[in-house]
Amino acid sequence: MKHLLSIADITRVDAIKILDTAAELARVSDTPMKKLPTLRGRTIVNLFAEDSTRTRISFEAAAKRLSADVINFSAKGSSVSKGESLKDTAQTLQAMGADAVIIRHGASGAPARLAACEWMSGAVINAGDGTHEHPSQALLDAFTIRKHLSQGREDLQGLRVAIVGDVLHSRVARSNVLLLTKLGAHVTLVAPPTLLPVGVESWPVTISYDFDQVLDSLDAVMMLRVQQERMNELFFPNAREYSRYFGLNTDRLNALHPGAIVMHPGPMNRGLEITAESADSARSVIVEQVANGVSVRMAILYLLLAGDTSIEAGLL
Amino acid sequence: MTTDTKKTLIKNGTLADGRVCDVLIENGLIQAVAPSLSDGDAIAFDATSMIVMSGLVDLHTHLREPGKEDSETVLSGSRAGVKGGYVALSAMANTSPVADNAGVVEQVYRLGKSAGLLDVFPIGAVTQGLEGKVLAEIGAMADSVAQVRVFSDDGNCVSDPLVMRRALEYVKKFGGVIAQHAQEPALTSGSQMNEGVVSATLGLKGWPAVAEEAIIARDVLLAEHVGSRLHICHLTTAGGVEIIRWAKARGIDVTAEVTPHHLLLTDESARSYDPIFKVNPPLRTENDVMALRHGLADGTIDIVATDHAPHPGESKECEWQEAAFGMLGLEHALSIVAATMVESGLMDWAAVQDRMSVAPARIAGYVDHGREIAVGAPAHLTVINPKASYRVDRDQLQSKSRNTPFHGMQFSARVVATFFHGHAVYQEGTIA
Amino acid sequence: MSSVLPAPDISRALSRIAHEICERNNGASSITLLGIPTRGAHLALRLAQLIEKIEGSPIQVGTLDTTLFRDDLRLKAPRALMPTSIPALGIENRTVILVDDVLYSGRTIRAALDALGDIGRPARVQLAVLIDRGHRELPIRADFVGKNIPTSTSQSVKVLLTELDGVDDVLVSDGGGE
Repeated sequence: MKHLLSIADITRVDAIKILDTAAELARVSDTPMKKLPTLRGRTIVNLFAEDSTRTRISFEAAAKRLSADVINFSAKGSSVSKGESLKDTAQTLQAMGADAVIIRHGASGAPARLAACEWMSGAVINAGDGTHEHPSQALLDAFTIRKHLSQGREDLQGLRVAIVGDVLHSRVARSNVLLLTKLGAHVTLVAPPTLLPVGVESWPVTISYDFDQVLDSLDAVMMLRVQQERMNELFFPNAREYSRYFGLNTDRLNALHPGAIVMHPGPMNRGLEITAESADSARSVIVEQVANGVSVRMAILYLLLAGDTSIEAGLL
Repeated sequence: MTTDTKKTLIKNGTLADGRVCDVLIENGLIQAVAPSLSDGDAIAFDATSMIVMSGLVDLHTHLREPGKEDSETVLSGSRAGVKGGYVALSAMANTSPVADNAGVVEQVYRLGKSAGLLDVFPIGAVTQGLEGKVLAEIGAMADSVAQVRVFSDDGNCVSDPLVMRRALEYVKKFGGVIAQHAQEPALTSGSQMNEGVVSATLGLKGWPAVAEEAIIARDVLLAEHVGSRLHICHLTTAGGVEIIRWAKARGIDVTAEVTPHHLLLTDESARSYDPIFKVNPPLRTENDVMALRHGLADGTIDIVATDHAPHPGESKECEWQEAAFGMLGLEHALSIVAATMVESGLMDWAAVQDRMSVAPARIAGYVDHGREIAVGAPAHLTVINPKASYRVDRDQLQSKSRNTPFHGMQFSARVVATFFHGHAVYQEGTIA
Repeated sequence: MSSVLPAPDISRALSRIAHEICERNNGASSITLLGIPTRGAHLALRLAQLIEKIEGSPIQVGTLDTTLFRDDLRLKAPRALMPTSIPALGIENRTVILVDDVLYSGRTIRAALDALGDIGRPARVQLAVLIDRGHRELPIRADFVGKNIPTSTSQSVKVLLTELDGVDDVLVSDGGGE
């Protein structure tokens, strides 16, 4: 596999390999050097057309720990500056000799277009495209769940995970639905009907409009960020009503069974989809998700770039 | 273009009704239609095993001139048209400036005349600036040299029901027709592709079928209420076909068109995120495609119209959201109809002649077109080789633009010659 | 394929290596055995058991994966990482004995030395291998060798261990006749 564009392109075996590799690489941060020579000489470009400090820094840390050279390229809003089109950017990257481009973009499908085009030949890693997918986030989420709940199993068989919130606009939800089910977990989507896409009936998930009803059966709750703009677009009446029915407040937190964990991809709207108490509670693994993100991203970079990049076979 | 005074004898072709006949043309008119004609000083054109039908008529073409001449001009669009077998095109009004007054439609008309390859009939806007608020100078356009009879805001929907009602009433004065681009704006703001399983997976904002069907349902009832004619542009959904069928059964004077791309492609094409497949209204599901084919076959859908929409390279070589909506259509329409309708057994060549020549001419009132191939009729003819087998190459197009989604596809049937006023304006590879 | 070191001989060789390690290092108290996965790790465990019997006290043993430090990563598809597990007393100021099944070009050991360097600073590093088949491409030598088996580069050497392969043996196969 040359690119990481979508979880749909990864097999179950590949996904487990990424998680296992990440587990080994997590050890690196405990060694004095915190650095490996493995990707020395490789040039990795961070192409972030959408603002994101958290993901960009995570990928940058991952690349640097593997001794790759990192170039940060900000190509803000190709819609605003027509001169800086995706094609122009890609040709510039090719001229720079980029071995890989990590791209975050507001347009769904932009990484796929970059990978399919003839303008550049490096590996393309999707760091979040529009409302389509965010593969590395799903992988670090799966890694986190596995670490806490799998009890030595290599996958997530039988675990019950709920993804709660604005599924319609969430690339994190789409990637997680694909990955968690691929690894054997049972996924429930909890949202108001307006925030579930037409066509969700064909996804391998259970749908619920009632958060309280599913709480005590869950091993992990993944809260999604709800954007303030959605209220102006008539998806729900106001923030109060949303929080009342879909927010993770202390009562709901206490209704979870003892071992259950609370997750959030960040950034959080404390008080809207999740209360401060819930975010900071002992069940919350939100901060750990960020640390796991670096290891998982190191694993992705290692598996895509350390070997012979002219081979198009599977990750194995 | 003056009529050709040379004589041409099209030999041994098969007419749409199945008769094998020779057709003798002189002075731009058909002089004789019979088997085994001979004429010593006529130029012979061998049409053995070919279909000879009345020239194709397109009711929905975007020629982009005035205003967007980098993607197409009336001349280049005419060249693309004759290569596709067309002898008449209808130039949509969403040019820059908009064709909402006599001045612009007369300009387009004259450009067509000076290109001289086929008839260019300008379509006038329904509302000023296509804004959907105030009626355009419909009467003035009807009276102009261009004699406009078809009016459309295509590109935009006439969404205000009161404005649509008034437009339907107003054109009764001279027997015009309003051609509606059915798209409820409130349900399709920012929409990128058909709303369904594919859009949910791809994370692209959906364009639901109901946004098209709700307008069609409303407008057929309005047309019935005010006793006027209505034409629905580019029908794309199974539900829309059913509404048209219901309306016709009720005696409502409505006609409908379908594009070649909606007969062939589905929203699965969008999975590559290649904006060559981005079009408005969008590609729909397999179920819709089948309903459209059956609707065209049984006459619920009256005509095929290309919605030929040229765009420059930079409008398609980008991410999906940034790309322009639209596909080329003139040069491959006939091949696609042959592949989806004739080769599948849904229609015969007589039905193709009806849907692509006779019925469009009748709906728009183009009296010289869609005529029976008979003595005295203008010699507007299209010759088709049903077994020509070729592969589409986007670098070999007559259009100024390259945005064809059919690049690389293999087709069997192909236009080999187009006669306009008896002159061979297109003949395998050469344009007059 | 021919067997050059059948099971009983493997046992004797490991037993001798265990004694040599204890002799050279004046006992086992400052030793940390690190096996290079996959087969080196199993051999390290066997040596640890043998040394514990000799010395009568538990010995520090773990694994050291060299994948990330290989110099030939770019030549093939990316390799799976094997576990690295450093025992409780670490490697700082200790005698690390790397354990592997076959010593050939020496590049694996070079990578292992780099991997060790990132973890800490041992007092010294020694190398124990079951088979030395010659053809070094780097200035690396083993301190403890089970058997020296001269080979040609067209031949291949395969070590089988009961823990993985169900039987103990060392097989040499002739390559296509050059």
